[in-house]
Amino acid sequence: MTPIDPETIHDVEGVPLHSVHRHDVVVVGAGLAAMRAAVEAAKDYDVAVVSKVFPTRSHSGAAQGGIAASLANEEEDHWEWHMFDTVKGSDYLGDQDGIEILVREAPVVVREFEHMGAPFSRTPDGRIAQRLFGGHTKNFGKGGPILRACYAADRTGHALLHTLYENCVKEGVRFYPEFYVLGLIVRDDVCSGVVAWDVVNGGVHVFHAKAVMFGTGGHARIFRIASISLSSTGDGPAMALRAGIPLEDMEFLQFHPTGLYIHGILVSEAARGEGGYLVNDAGERFMKKYAPDKMELAPRDVVSRAMQREIDEGRGIGGKDFIHLDLRHLGKDKIMTQLPQIHELAWKFMHVDCVTNPIPIQPTAHYSMGGIPTDNDCQVLADGKAKKVAGFYAAGECACVSVHGANRLGTNSLLEASLFGRRAGKSIVRFLRTEPALPDLPADAAKEAIEEIDGILSATGSEKTGAIRAEMQQQMTANCAVYRNGCNLEQLRAEVASLRERYGRIRIDDKGKTFNMDLIDALELGRMLDVTEIMVASALNRTESRGGHSRTDFPKRDDANWLKHTLAHRKNGAVAFDYKPVVITRFQPQERKY
Amino acid sequence: MANHDTEKKLITFRVKRFDPDGGERKRYTQEYKIEVMKGQSVLDCLNEIRWKQDGSLTFRRSCKSGICGSCAMTINGVNRLACETQVLALGSSTITVEPLKGFAVIKDLAVDIDPMVEKLLAVKPYLITKTPPPSDAERIQSPAERARLDGLYECILCGACTSSCPSFWADERYLGPHAFLKAYRFIADSRDDAPGEHLDALDDKHGLWRCHTIFNCVEACPKSLNPTKAIEALRRELVKEKIG
Repeated sequence: MTPIDPETIHDVEGVPLHSVHRHDVVVVGAGLAAMRAAVEAAKDYDVAVVSKVFPTRSHSGAAQGGIAASLANEEEDHWEWHMFDTVKGSDYLGDQDGIEILVREAPVVVREFEHMGAPFSRTPDGRIAQRLFGGHTKNFGKGGPILRACYAADRTGHALLHTLYENCVKEGVRFYPEFYVLGLIVRDDVCSGVVAWDVVNGGVHVFHAKAVMFGTGGHARIFRIASISLSSTGDGPAMALRAGIPLEDMEFLQFHPTGLYIHGILVSEAARGEGGYLVNDAGERFMKKYAPDKMELAPRDVVSRAMQREIDEGRGIGGKDFIHLDLRHLGKDKIMTQLPQIHELAWKFMHVDCVTNPIPIQPTAHYSMGGIPTDNDCQVLADGKAKKVAGFYAAGECACVSVHGANRLGTNSLLEASLFGRRAGKSIVRFLRTEPALPDLPADAAKEAIEEIDGILSATGSEKTGAIRAEMQQQMTANCAVYRNGCNLEQLRAEVASLRERYGRIRIDDKGKTFNMDLIDALELGRMLDVTEIMVASALNRTESRGGHSRTDFPKRDDANWLKHTLAHRKNGAVAFDYKPVVITRFQPQERKY
Repeated sequence: MANHDTEKKLITFRVKRFDPDGGERKRYTQEYKIEVMKGQSVLDCLNEIRWKQDGSLTFRRSCKSGICGSCAMTINGVNRLACETQVLALGSSTITVEPLKGFAVIKDLAVDIDPMVEKLLAVKPYLITKTPPPSDAERIQSPAERARLDGLYECILCGACTSSCPSFWADERYLGPHAFLKAYRFIADSRDDAPGEHLDALDDKHGLWRCHTIFNCVEACPKSLNPTKAIEALRRELVKEKIG
């Protein structure tokens, strides 16, 4: 028998022992969902947070306007009203059991943030202040807009993200910043960890865990005009897809009405919540034609469609592709105390002083309603329906519970990320209390990841990733944005197939191991193309208009055929579909008017 | 009339580079030329260079809207966020871009921020309370008490202040303005019961007393915050604490 050289003993082929890490829980991502789960589980267990950016760089920090909860600090409110608004806002595609959890637990989650130290703005009597936001109303939609959005000036996401980071530090969470997770380790519906690339030093690492939680964020970066960070590339959903898990409702992506012209940078809906107007080239508040009752405070899908129609029909400012957001009548004091960041952004990026001039804005790709299917306890569903992946959880924008359905209401995203992040943490704690054994790590767990890295570093093709990405983003913004139609989507599908084929022939400039962003760009592009293929196929497949998915060739909602969730996965090189029913408990679908 | 919005200007970017695996060419300055339009930020240009000219040019970036703090770097000698720095507003046809001073360079414009994070953690950067919160309500904080946190809680941990501080250049163990600002954010919070715990790390020769009130940090902060003011307030707190 040949003696065994200890240097060659590896738990995982191709990964040195010191690069295999063991924790009870490995959380991927470091935004609100991820860190809220980490805080929850770290009270009892050893938790690691693995993220491609330093935690406070996560995109939750860019959220501005608020987090919804029926605290009733400013006026009468009830969770039942919040529930109705969320169901109607979702165009009746949201699962009402999940929505009921969302709205009932919301006050607890917001108050816990306050207890953790979040610097909320305050009412005169010292309670958490609340403001108006689109689609949130009194008395089951029969009353006017309601003060429900809890806020910290217009930096709510930043305030909550930093509060969670601080509390993770307090609870002793172990951080692995700047590790890019390459893939899930799942065998026979049991998850035993993830494989990751150390961005700073190079090298493949394995994170071996009893529970893995994804809070990896959204994927709107597949569009050219997008509010979201350059890091929001759909890594989580793409990894789930590659592990054989279907993605739910991927055709639904929210276009935020007020993106800074050309930049796509978010201008919070709080600007309209505080009283801002939207006006066209004629100086007309055009929302009166589209939502005579709620005007600028109609939900985002409604406002974005109205703006796009104005632009398409030549009533954009100077006939161009933007609209004006006018805050001048609010006065300097209100702008500087309630909307200081909006003032700063408009000045720094557009050189517009919004105290004296209107802000040029256009719809911008913003929020991913679809994602990794989970149950209400955030456990990932292997078939999208009932079969669970043991030890694998997801929450926040990468997941689809589904509480947002076809369109998310403003301030429900910070709520959903934190609330379901917290639930994921609690689920994981319940699971770990059963004292499950650490699942075996397959010897070939890192094989695919190592091959992918080596393949990109040694590729000798002629295509640049930058060119492929730019083409993909351009095509998506041109053909899969606010309005879509079958003809364009068919062409887009062919275009995406050709981009995927070109991706097989890339070559990168940087062949080094240390902080190789060229490599990360290539990895992200591969995942974005996976997500893009699913989104385009799902958009083509759904022959109706509902919420954020608006087909000019099928302009009506079709409850008879499409009151159901899409489950899309890759099968034999093509996208295959399955469906599941919407959970309807309290509110039957009705016509959606604002 | 010419449409000045779409007029392009040729700009030269002189980027200070560092290739840790590069042997002879480890440290060098590289020039890139690029046509720049009104509205384009330094980050937009660096992205374009990376995507079209040289994929090996390395820098951190994420939100591209001035809130994540990833892309602080030294642009024409001043610490700024690349994403919110408009190229044409700088008014020069050559723009030098360097990594933040005072930190070890990992590669090109990406620096090692671990020492900055360690110092942040030294001030116990979280709310410390000695009484349990109300079970079914928030803690009460008046608008005036909350207003004391303005100018403190908005820090994005970009490192621009600490990197500009001569005391930090002279003493690598110096805590740095970012840590002081964070400490004061909690000491100033009416809900925090343990100012002493945040102050502990500051009363040290590498702490508060090493600040020479040069105000570089105030000038460098892209969010217009005032760490020097926080330092003065902390000194008063520390004296108060000592006298009892």
